[in-house]
Amino acid sequence: MFPINETMGQYSELFMLLAAGTYTVAFIAFAWDLAKSSKTLRAVDLKAAELSGAETARVPVGAGVGGSSVAVDRADSEVSGPVGRAERPTSSVSGSQANGAGVTADGGMRYGAERRVPARVAVALAVLGAAIHAAGVITRAIGAGRVPWGNMYEFLTTGAFVAVAVFLLVLIRRDLRFLGTFVIGLAIIMLVAASIAFWTPVGHLVPALQSYWLIIHVSIAVLSSALFTLTFAMSALQLVQSHRQKTIAAGGADKLGFMRLVPNALSLENLSYRINAIAFVGWTFTLMFGAIWAEKAWGRFWGWDTKEVWTFVIWVVYAGYLHARATRGWTGTRAAWLSIVGYLCVVFNFTIVNQFFNGLHSYSGL
Amino acid sequence: MSERVNVEKKSPSPGTPETGTNSAQAGVSAAKAGAVLPSLGPVGMLRWAWTQLTSMRTALFLLLLLAVAAVPGSLFPQRPANPAVVTQYIKDHPDYGKILDSLQLYDVYSSAWFSAIYILLFISLIGCVVPRAIVHYKAMRSQPPRTPARLSRLPEYGTLVVPADAGIPASRAIDDAAALLKKRGYRVDVRDRDGDRPSLGAERGFLREVGNLVFHTALIGVLVSVAAGGLFGYSGQRILVEGDTFVNTLVGYDQFTPGTNFQSSQLEPYSIQLDKFHITFDRESKGKFGQPIDFKADVTTKENPGAPAKQEVLKVNDPLSLGGTSIYLTGNGYAPVVTVRDGAGNIAMQGPVVAKLQGDNYYSSVVIKVPDAKPEQLAFAGFFLPTAFITKEGVSFSGDPELFNPQLTLNSYYGDLGLDSGSPQNVFELDVKKLTPLNARNLPTKGIVLTPGTTHTLPNGKGTISFDGVKRYVGVDIHHNPGQGYALFFALLAVAGLVTSLYVNRRRVWVRTGTHEDGRTMVEYGLLARGEDHRLAGEAAAIRALLSAAWPLDDRPADDSGADSQPVPSATADNDRADTGARADAGTQASTDQPAADFIQSTAGSPESKKDQ
Ligand code: HEM
Repeated sequence: MFPINETMGQYSELFMLLAAGTYTVAFIAFAWDLAKSSKTLRAVDLKAAELSGAETARVPVGAGVGGSSVAVDRADSEVSGPVGRAERPTSSVSGSQANGAGVTADGGMRYGAERRVPARVAVALAVLGAAIHAAGVITRAIGAGRVPWGNMYEFLTTGAFVAVAVFLLVLIRRDLRFLGTFVIGLAIIMLVAASIAFWTPVGHLVPALQSYWLIIHVSIAVLSSALFTLTFAMSALQLVQSHRQKTIAAGGADKLGFMRLVPNALSLENLSYRINAIAFVGWTFTLMFGAIWAEKAWGRFWGWDTKEVWTFVIWVVYAGYLHARATRGWTGTRAAWLSIVGYLCVVFNFTIVNQFFNGLHSYSGL
Repeated sequence: MSERVNVEKKSPSPGTPETGTNSAQAGVSAAKAGAVLPSLGPVGMLRWAWTQLTSMRTALFLLLLLAVAAVPGSLFPQRPANPAVVTQYIKDHPDYGKILDSLQLYDVYSSAWFSAIYILLFISLIGCVVPRAIVHYKAMRSQPPRTPARLSRLPEYGTLVVPADAGIPASRAIDDAAALLKKRGYRVDVRDRDGDRPSLGAERGFLREVGNLVFHTALIGVLVSVAAGGLFGYSGQRILVEGDTFVNTLVGYDQFTPGTNFQSSQLEPYSIQLDKFHITFDRESKGKFGQPIDFKADVTTKENPGAPAKQEVLKVNDPLSLGGTSIYLTGNGYAPVVTVRDGAGNIAMQGPVVAKLQGDNYYSSVVIKVPDAKPEQLAFAGFFLPTAFITKEGVSFSGDPELFNPQLTLNSYYGDLGLDSGSPQNVFELDVKKLTPLNARNLPTKGIVLTPGTTHTLPNGKGTISFDGVKRYVGVDIHHNPGQGYALFFALLAVAGLVTSLYVNRRRVWVRTGTHEDGRTMVEYGLLARGEDHRLAGEAAAIRALLSAAWPLDDRPADDSGADSQPVPSATADNDRADTGARADAGTQASTDQPAADFIQSTAGSPESKKDQ
């Protein structure tokens, strides 16, 4: 067992605060980006409409952003949908496309040519914040002489870091900057909650947690939760976007201009499905490794302990989500709701169950 | 993958593969649902019920129901985990405690309703998996479906034109394409090779459905293994003081819970002796000062009475395996060693007494029953404190978990302990109603306070009690679960199946070739995914690149429709641009009576022929 290093622990807390501060600035920049871009987009639309009439109004924004916009435009001329493609009545493609590409961002979520300065600033700040945050997590690990996930404070700080890191990694390949306010905002909440409500000084692990399974089981759980966080944000946006697309398709006014920066509901659904599928496999491992660890620690691999119950509930909800995606009438909005409910269960499992339910897993460190 | 693709799209052109038949399950259930109505009598009813039960929608509903039904088990105390808490809970909530009990809310996971849900789910699963397995088995042995008349209607479509002077006729082009697709793992069937319009159908990714079937079947395996473990397993507890030996026989256990099918002959008579127990306490961190951070038990084990002794270490998270059981370190505490002499001066009791943890820093309760004392039976009840402190108000507490100032504070009693009547008693509790107090704080005799090495003489010549020293004890749990190895195996199988079914893509490719009037060899291809497949466009691009390289073509798209089919596979992975645009042209150009001619004799890619028209 490594000795405790209090100084490192104090450094770590300082880094966490600095990271939260940097994230706050990044958050503002992301919000600014949403506000500004939606203004620009609208201005471009208006200009185009003035110049050449309503017909070309949709061309300037979507086009030039990426190859896929061409396909989107083409799809308009395609009357009978492509054979073998999923029918998704609730988040219909045609809804968005009939109203032109300008209504939503590029469905492929690829980076466009246009420079969004506030978004770049925001991402740069988020990277800086993540670097400081990483330093905080690492110094905490050194201070405690073990992996930094042994109590609520550490689950939260490390979990927030993983969520931001996963988000930034996905950003390398996909333009998900529209999720920035969401993810960074959540990270700030987690850091603040950790520092205020769950603060715990560096310390040794209780014997029940001293196992290499802690490293395996919890790291996978945290990673899956981070992915679920992303899909939660996307599903929430999907619901809003789907509502907005329907309103616009029905000739209503577009009251949510900033949602132009967000891709159409179907694209959101598809990408969040892919991420959820990965996270579901991760959660399956979490469940299994948890069971193996329980067998090692308590002599039974499954005992319906509260934590086990909720881990199981989450697993079943996401299995339901995967089934919903394959069931007619359940794709789109309903699937999105399932994804959201699943995430709420994840949050519940982490917060309420850890603190208020008595079980063998009472390791909150409080 | 199934229902969303089916029946609603009934009317692709006749040559297009019927996507509705894609799914075993949907196909079967849709057909049944269409053919059989509940009004057809009892048999019809049953079939209808079966169809309903095995539908995807029901599975989804049952899954969500299962999630909801599992929740109350975390809200209310559960009997299997803690029966005493349940009893207390019912006492504390006289208004609804009993009602909850009648709803089986204290035994959620063995309740009728919870069992009903998962049994229905598993029946549904079997009813779903078996027909799908049969259909899939047939699909795996049959040829890829026939070439659709209009490839351009497929989600991915592209064309290539081989110049007339390249010397690659339509038949060779199709052979090349076949070879290429075979190498890529497709099962390929060439049709009408030497005809006018040679074509091929190809399919790959059968493992996807296999994976899905394995996953679902393995879930049944997990369930059965868990059930088997409950039937044939057993578990028990035992407290061992340093120096004690446990022998794995029924009498060796303090508590024993057999499975339904348990036989005592299952117990193998191994033995474990606790030699020494070590605890390390946290002396570094402020918040957790004095918390235990390491437990370690040195034990001597024997496989059977005749086997050689072995030194082993038992730790938390690190059970011992012996005689088909696993032995876990689950608790520990102090056991003060006392000697009690009766009024006659004989030793009536001598040895360690297990002290039960009550509060912080090993503040523990002690009960000593001395039925052998004469003329009257003796009993003691009180507390053991490893590091005794007494506040100004006279309240004693333990200041540290370690033995810095061990102390026994006891009241003493005499009378009939009631042990001879044969009714079982809790060794940790003393019923003082029928006993006469000898020492107590509120009596003139006062309570007994002992430190190691001291002796207290009881009033009225009833005897003496000496505190000789302190030992540690451990609680061990012993489990035998024959199902768990199988459960693990099936769980791993399930994960393997899941990953396969999520990441293997099932795809079909068709290629058709033909010779244009002007001598060029025209090639068109189309791809169709079955189920979720966001990389279909990438696959199309990869195949295109391979074909172009095989007939060295300058990969300029044959018509402007190809402009957006990007040749870099990875970068095009995108679900949303599933269609290349050629379809629009094809749809308008194709004549109804000769649908296959749309591309091959079209003007596409041929500036000259455009002029001709
Ligand atoms: C214990 C209950 C069940 C669980 C935990 C479960 C779980 C899952 C999971 C995680 C998937 C996703 C894997 C994939 O996409 O390939 C899946 C797919 C599927 N399940 Fe289940 N399932 C259960 C019961 C059922 C039942 C009863 C049926 C039939 C009525 C069924 C039919 C299907 C089908 C057809 C798919 C393929 C969907 C697709 O490929 O998108 N499942 N199941």
